[in-house]
Parts: sequence; structure tokens; C-alpha cells
Amino acid sequence: MKTDPRELASSAGEQLHRFHGGLRLRHNKKISCQQPVERPPLPERLYVPLLQHRGTPATPLIKAGDRVLKGQCIGASGPRGAPIHAPSSGLVLGLEEGPIGHLTGQTGTRVVIELDGEDRWGALEPLSDWLEQSPDVLRRHIQAAGIVGLGGAVFPTEEKLTSGQAARIETLILNGAECEPYISCDEMLMREHPRYIVEGARMLRRAAEAERVVIAIEDQMGAVHKALDRAARQLGAGSVRVVRIPKIYPEGGERQLVQTLTGMEVPAGSHPHELGLLVMNVATAAATRTALKEGKPLLERNVTVTGNGVQTPRNLLTLLGTPVSHLIACCGGYSDDVARLVVGGPMMGVPLPSDAAPVVKGTNCLLALSQDDIRAPQTEMPCIRCGDCTRSCPAQLMPQDLHFHIRNQQWDALAALGVESCIECGCCDFVCPSHIPLTNWFRYGKGELRELQRERHAAEHARERHEARTARLATAKAEKAARLARRKARLADQDGRKQQIAAALARAKGGRRNRPEDADS
Amino acid sequence: MNRVFPTQQAPHMPSPRTVRGVMLQVLYALVPGVAAHAWYFGPGIFLQLGLACGFALAFEALMLRWRGRPLRPFLNDYSAVLTAVLFALCLPPLAPWWIAAIGMLFAIVIAKHLYGGLGHNIFNPAMVGYVVVLISFPAAMTQWLPPREIAAWTPDFLDACRAVFLGTLPVLPEIDSVTRATPLDTLKTGISQGRFVGELRNSDLFGTFGGRGWEWIANWYLLGGLYLLYRRIISWQVPVAVLLSVVAVTLPAWLLDAGTNPQPLQHLFSGGLMLAAFYIATDPVSGCASPRGRLIFGAGVGILTLVIRRWGGYPDGIAFAVLLMNLAAPMIDRFTRPRIYGR
Repeated sequence: MKTDPRELASSAGEQLHRFHGGLRLRHNKKISCQQPVERPPLPERLYVPLLQHRGTPATPLIKAGDRVLKGQCIGASGPRGAPIHAPSSGLVLGLEEGPIGHLTGQTGTRVVIELDGEDRWGALEPLSDWLEQSPDVLRRHIQAAGIVGLGGAVFPTEEKLTSGQAARIETLILNGAECEPYISCDEMLMREHPRYIVEGARMLRRAAEAERVVIAIEDQMGAVHKALDRAARQLGAGSVRVVRIPKIYPEGGERQLVQTLTGMEVPAGSHPHELGLLVMNVATAAATRTALKEGKPLLERNVTVTGNGVQTPRNLLTLLGTPVSHLIACCGGYSDDVARLVVGGPMMGVPLPSDAAPVVKGTNCLLALSQDDIRAPQTEMPCIRCGDCTRSCPAQLMPQDLHFHIRNQQWDALAALGVESCIECGCCDFVCPSHIPLTNWFRYGKGELRELQRERHAAEHARERHEARTARLATAKAEKAARLARRKARLADQDGRKQQIAAALARAKGGRRNRPEDADS
Repeated sequence: MNRVFPTQQAPHMPSPRTVRGVMLQVLYALVPGVAAHAWYFGPGIFLQLGLACGFALAFEALMLRWRGRPLRPFLNDYSAVLTAVLFALCLPPLAPWWIAAIGMLFAIVIAKHLYGGLGHNIFNPAMVGYVVVLISFPAAMTQWLPPREIAAWTPDFLDACRAVFLGTLPVLPEIDSVTRATPLDTLKTGISQGRFVGELRNSDLFGTFGGRGWEWIANWYLLGGLYLLYRRIISWQVPVAVLLSVVAVTLPAWLLDAGTNPQPLQHLFSGGLMLAAFYIATDPVSGCASPRGRLIFGAGVGILTLVIRRWGGYPDGIAFAVLLMNLAAPMIDRFTRPRIYGR
């Protein structure tokens, strides 16, 4: 038994492990894999949000009336974030507030570009011979190309690489396990461009200064496995290995993937890089390759448009900023019984209030669900403590207990039960025979806890400030008293000295008077 | 024109399971056992099932109305029916009709609804009902018939109706041959009188490994229980712990002294043990929720049952064992929480 995290991290994927719980779901992926990935026709306008990543929004570098070229940087990266580029050439109509896709589900600033239809590139700056470049240079280029995690978490890739650098990375894990049903954008990418991924894997390995790369795919992706293996052989990438893992939702979750490949659990509140592992999405690797080799920043991505709510489900290579309605139209439009529109998969996807939202860096899937697909509004029954939720929870929580404490507003007990470890995968919710919206309750509970902690923190801060102030005043008072005392003492001292002087003078006078010889003289 | 959609939160897929479905599966699993029961002891069991279900639903509806709850979802969830069925399966087939009424009054009104209804009861309602009538009406509750193979008389449906509603049993030539002691009762009295198990087992009340008739009913319950395990309706921890703990305690005792200690199979296949292991102790509401807690809960039920069978005042202690463990369940749960990922 190996127990050293370093050793386990370096042997990732040699032996597979089982994480707790999870579900075997029908994957419904075939419907969107029938046609090759194509670019849809250019829309008239693009709506490019300045916040498409986790962090601070980019600062706009353009104004209304500017002409932009494809690939031109239109938003400079904030202190934590990524820059934004113009996905096609055209005229900037201005900045406006509007829906910004899935990231927060809210609104934000978007750059509206009216496309000229020419798709003219600006100057490209590929990195000549990346193998000669230092990891630092690679990371800078990755940052400049606006690359973020394309699996959906949209964490700036450069930031992740840098955080890993301090920890010395053994293994870079490329996540090709699309565990949610319906989504097939990564599978199509791996099938059609295995070389991109292997090349990108090598670049990321160098940028992360990792020893080796493991590409994790699902055991049902036989064709993908062969394609990736062949690409790795052709490119002579000996440090890149492809591992097939069992398809148990949510095996594509970062923590579950780490456990599957190494048997290690990522400690709560910590990140995989502290175990010597870095997890990135396969699409991120492909984007890295395009950025370094061709000099093209992140402007487009594979988007799965699927579900029984669209006429012809398929994958489209979509420019960022393309309105969702345009993509749906390219897939033959909605079917009659469409009931819900979701960004992401059916288990964790975020509902879109309207199809006016644009495609952003994190948009992996647009799922139009028909009336039959969705959870019909069912009567919520009381919890019968059947324990199915506990059995299915990959975080090894007891969801029924959490639910009970949230309902009773017992926040401290809730925190003690580890609600923060919930990854909101929806497994418990899915299996619950009483149809309790558990995931929603947990989101609410976590929010309340955070609010409470913030309040407590503020109160603590205020208390500390108050105490500091009291202490400061007390010291000031004490100092003042001490000063006074000193002065008094000094005055008293002066008095004493005066008396001494007077006494001395008196003595001197008296002495002179009493000295006989003086008197004689 | 942009299209607008409602925004319900994830997950968006329909759940494959319902409370009603779970309860129904348990009821289906009981069918072979009930059929065997009817075969060995006559159709009186159907009468008891019908009476108990009727009273249970009536009390359930009454309490739901009184508590201002919607009737339809709760009457349709089959939880009251399941309680009634499990209760009725513990009754002698010819028990008077008011036994079911009083049992269901305590099960549904007191043990279930006064504690907050479905999902909130501390005690297993069926067992509360059963224990109340067992303690209050010992005479009516011990009128067991011998199984068909050795019975001088097995009632048909009409006989059963007469017995249940009017309390009349046919007069037979031999004395005391309509009702007889159960195998467990025979063993308990016999051993206390200093007789040996081997000698007692020579009685026609005993079959191959348990009580005659009883052993086959228990077998069918076991089969239904395995179906529930296969369908993942019940967790494996409780039945496995109940059965293993019984074997673990009785096997050494039997090996040491087979004269006064019945063999493990005798224990497993007599009384309500098999029924309790798969259908009663597995009640999630009143049992433990954590996987390790369920193991402890099951083991507790098994061991307490044996303790009562050996030293208690009742030939079978399963109902008391379940209720006692119900009391301990919240505490067990507290100390057996699973370790959270990454902590």
C-alpha cells in the first residue's frame, strides 16, 4: 500500500478507485453526436460579456464606433481574471448591460459588436517553438490568450498553473470525463481533434512543470481512446497517458476524478495542487495549443445544443458572444413542447431565463428540455429517512440530516455536519423518493451560513476594534497619568533641588561667616 | 424575438422513485409470504388484512383532516396500508375484529400522527399497535391455529368471518384442538420445565428447521426480502445485521449445550424474525439513518429478541426489540455519522 501523497500523485491512473455514492444515469449523448462539428453562420451581432471567468471583469479597451479585428483584445484583464478578445471583426456599437450567460445567471456589461461578415484577423503572434520557451513565457501567453477552464468552472488557467507551480506538480490530469448526461462537446472535440489535445497536454505539462499527463476519459468512449492513443504515439508524447474510468456520475467532478485516479481525497478547503495534482479540462488543452501554436486567443468553443426541446441536436463550434437564440435557430429551432432552457447538463445546469443570453467561455451545453424530460412539479412529501441520499452522496454527507437542520435554521449544527463539502451534484435530489429539492435547500443553507459568518466576522471585527479603542484610550490615559506623575516628580525634584541649592547656599554663606580665617582675612 | 423560460433550479431530471412506489414495492414483496400464511392457517389472514387496512385508512383520513393536511397525497402513499399489513401479519388469523381497530388506533393515531405524521414518528407504528394489543389482550392474541398439515380443522372464509366478528369457534370432539401453542411458546414452556430441545422438537408442531408451516412462511418472506434488496428498496445493513447477530449468539450456545438451546435455524425461521428483519426493522423512519448505525440497529434488534425469547416473559420478543432499538436510534445515529469526504 502506497500512502505517500507524492507517490500516489505520480502513479495517478495506474490503478482505479471508487468514490462513494454516485449514480449510473442514462447518458443521452448519442443524439448530439450524429453530425460532425461545424461552425454556424455568423450572427449579425455578438454580445461579448466582460466577465466570462471567475474573478474580476475585464476593463474595456474600446468605445462605441471603434472598428475591431478578429482576435483583437477588447478587454484588459483585471487583477484576477482574463482578458477578452473580439471573436470576429466588425463595428463596436457600444457597451450595454444585459444577460451574460451562465456564470452568475445575472446581468453584466457586454460589448456589442456588429459583425462586418469578413471575419478579418488582426495580427497573430504565435509562440515560435514553444519547447524552447520557459514555463513562465508559456504561462504569460496562456494568460494573454484569455484562456480559462472550459469545463464550466472558468477559473483563469494561468492562475491555476501559477498556484500549482509553488506546490511542484507530479501529474497533470486532463478531464475528458463528461459525466453529465446529454453533453458531448468534449467527446466530439477529442474524437475530431485528438492531436490538438495531446499537443495542448504537452504544452500545459511544460507550463505547469508537471512530470506527466493523464487524460481521463469515460470507459464508453472507445473511439476516443483509440484516437487519443494514436495521436500520442504519432507525436511521441511518452509522458501522456490515456486512462478510461467507469462512467458513474459525477466522476468528472474534480474531487471525484482525483479520488478515482489516485484513491486520495482532496482535503476539505484545499485544492488538488496541494497533493501534487492539477486538473484541467481537455478543451482547455486544445485552446492552449491553438493559442501557442497559432497565436489565436480563445474566441470560440464547442457547444452542444441538445435535448428533446430542439429539432436537430448537434455540436457547433461557436464564437463567444453568439446569442443563444441564434444557435437554437441553427439547430432547426425549438420543438413544440420545449419547457426549459439550461446551460450545462440536466443535473447541475443553470436555467436560462431567456435565450437572449450569449455563449460565453463556460458554455459547454445548451440543453432545451421538453415537458417530458423535466421534473414535473410533484408534491413534496416529508422525508422518510430512507437513506438513498446518503447512499448516493459523493461527498459522504447525510443529506437528510443537512435538510433537517436547514429547515430548523440550526446553522451551527449545519456547519458541523459539513454542508460546505456539498458539491451540489444533485445526486441526493435525484434519488429522493419524497421529491425534496435538497440541492436547492443546500444552496440556501450555504448562503445563509456564509452570511452568518460574514456577520459574525463583522461583529468580531467591531468588537476587536472596540476593544482596541478601549485599550488605546486606557493606554493613553495611563500614559497621560504617568506623564503627569513624572512631571510632578520632576517638579518635586526641582523643589528638592532648589531646597538643596538653597541649603547649600545657606551652608556656603554660613560657612563663610563661620570660617575664622576668612573672618581674619 | 427572444423566448422566455421558467427558471427552476437543477437537477432538472425527474426522480425515478416515489414514496408511494417504495411502499408498494414492499407490499408486493410480502405477497408470497401472505399467500403461504393463508395456505397454512386459512383465509382468516385476508380478513385481518382487510380489517386493519380499513381501520388504518379511516384513522389516517381522520387525523389528516384534523391536522389540516391534504388527504390525497398522504392517503395515496400507502404508508398507512403498509403499517396495517405488517400489523395484521402478526395477528392470529381468527383474532376478534376489535383487535385490529384498537391496534390501528394506537398505530396510526398515537404512534404516527400525534408524533407529527409520516416521517416524524419515533416508534414503528405497526409494532406499537401490536405491542398494545399483545399486552392488553393476551388471551385473544395467543389463539393460534396449528398449521394445515396437522390441524384437525382449518377454517374457510365463512368460519373465519364467524370467528372474527361473532367470536364463535366450532366445537370439535377433542379438547383444545382448534387453537394450539405456537412452536416458540412450546419451546419456551418446555425448556422452563426442564425438558430438552430435542425431545420438544419431536412434537408435530415442528418442521425441518423451524416451526411447521412457519418455516415456509418465513422462507417466502426471505425471498421477498431478497427482492427488496435487489431493487435497493431496503438497505442491506439491517437484515444482514439482524440475521447475523442471531446466528452469532445462538450458534455458540447451541454448540455448547444443544439440550437447552435451540439451533440457530430454529431461531431464524420461527416467530416474526424473518418478517422483522426485512420488513419491520428496515422501516427507515423509526430506524437508524447512517449505514454503520443501521448495522448496530439490526444487531440490537437481533440480540434483544434473543434475550426476550430466552429470559423474557414473551415467547417472541421481536416487537419489543424493535421498539427498544427505535428508542436508541437517534443516539446511535449521532455517533455513527459517516466521515465526510476530505475531512
